[in-house]
Amino acid sequence: MANKLQVELVTPEGRVFSEEADFVLAPGVEGDLGVLPQHIALLTPLRTGVVTIRNEEAEHVLAVSGGFLEVLPDKVTILADAAERAEDIDEARAEEARKKAQELLAQNVGNEEAVMALERATLRLQVAEIRRRRHGHSPPPQ
Amino acid sequence: MPSLRDLRRRIKGVQNMRKITKAMELVAAARMRRAQERVLAARPYSDEIASIMTELMRRSPQYEHPFLKVSEVQKRLIILVTADRGLAGALNSNNTRLALSDAAKTQVPVSYVTIGRRGRDVLRRLHRDLIADQSMLGDRPTMGDVLPAARVAMEQYERGDVQQIDIVYARFISVGRQQTVLQRVIPVVPPEDAKAVSADFEYEPDPKDVLDALLPRYVEAQIYRAVLENGASEQAARMIAMRNASDNASEFIEDLTLTANKVRQASITTELMEIVSGAAALEG
Repeated sequence: MANKLQVELVTPEGRVFSEEADFVLAPGVEGDLGVLPQHIALLTPLRTGVVTIRNEEAEHVLAVSGGFLEVLPDKVTILADAAERAEDIDEARAEEARKKAQELLAQNVGNEEAVMALERATLRLQVAEIRRRRHGHSPPPQ
Repeated sequence: MPSLRDLRRRIKGVQNMRKITKAMELVAAARMRRAQERVLAARPYSDEIASIMTELMRRSPQYEHPFLKVSEVQKRLIILVTADRGLAGALNSNNTRLALSDAAKTQVPVSYVTIGRRGRDVLRRLHRDLIADQSMLGDRPTMGDVLPAARVAMEQYERGDVQQIDIVYARFISVGRQQTVLQRVIPVVPPEDAKAVSADFEYEPDPKDVLDALLPRYVEAQIYRAVLENGASEQAARMIAMRNASDNASEFIEDLTLTANKVRQASITTELMEIVSGAAALEG
């Protein structure tokens, strides 16, 4: 019996992540899903949110905006519209983007683009935050 | 006979041209490699999405998503993908010509969405019904860059303004071969070569919702892939075109040099003759 999951995270621009893992946590449309090896085959759309992939050595945190999760007993494929590893996130830029989106929203409440931009920036910051906590880094000097 | 000075000037001119075409060839070669990599990188996503879709359609064949419904075509939409720049051999004109000739074949009105400046300019000059354009994407188009054009096309279909959407682009076969193709986008035809993932899937919330979320993405992925392939084709076509231009320039320089040498020799011979006959006249 296989007790590992082959995890693939692909986006239209390329493969972002491909590794063996013990556990995957993904934001399904119906709620967050935790997947262990030998999970029943499952297919669900994803919300924008945080994907956590865990194996013995490490835990990977990624920001994912929409897509699909395909689960097979020994394989998990995440088809994301866009994905970013926590360590690749530029916090300063995300913070700036969030401020800008908030300003735009303050001027124009119904601005859909600004809502989405805000969602993305907030998610990035959230993911970066999780990573920092895990790794025990102190916050960057102000 | 042209003068020696004129010939030398022309040789210089052609040499300068060769420098430029040579440089363009090298740049296109480097860009082509990167463009090919991007095509390859996009493959896992589009293959995977195609296989899930095949599986889903097998699973619930009775469900008729609007994107799957085939209805009588009263109006068509063609997405024309071209390059933003010229000097890429016949690539741009081939793409544009195929789009126009296919549009002429059917007896229904056709509107266009263009991705790429070259196609847009031609359609505009011909006063075709151009409803959207997404040009100047640069060398590294992302999915996000292509989405607006894809959205416009899908909206047209959803509103019932058009009943069929096709995309025209240059498929990258090899460095020396690019083929202009017209591909159906909507109604979605499941790809024949996609292998369905055969597993007893559980769907959350249910197959219909998954398919609803999947189909627009499948369409987007197809369009994105067409743009990437066209990008690789563009660079390959430009590289070959520039190589031919450089070769022609070299040949031309050789011809000109030969003529220049002949002219030079002829003038030396004439001068010698003059000297000799001048000396003979003095002696005599």
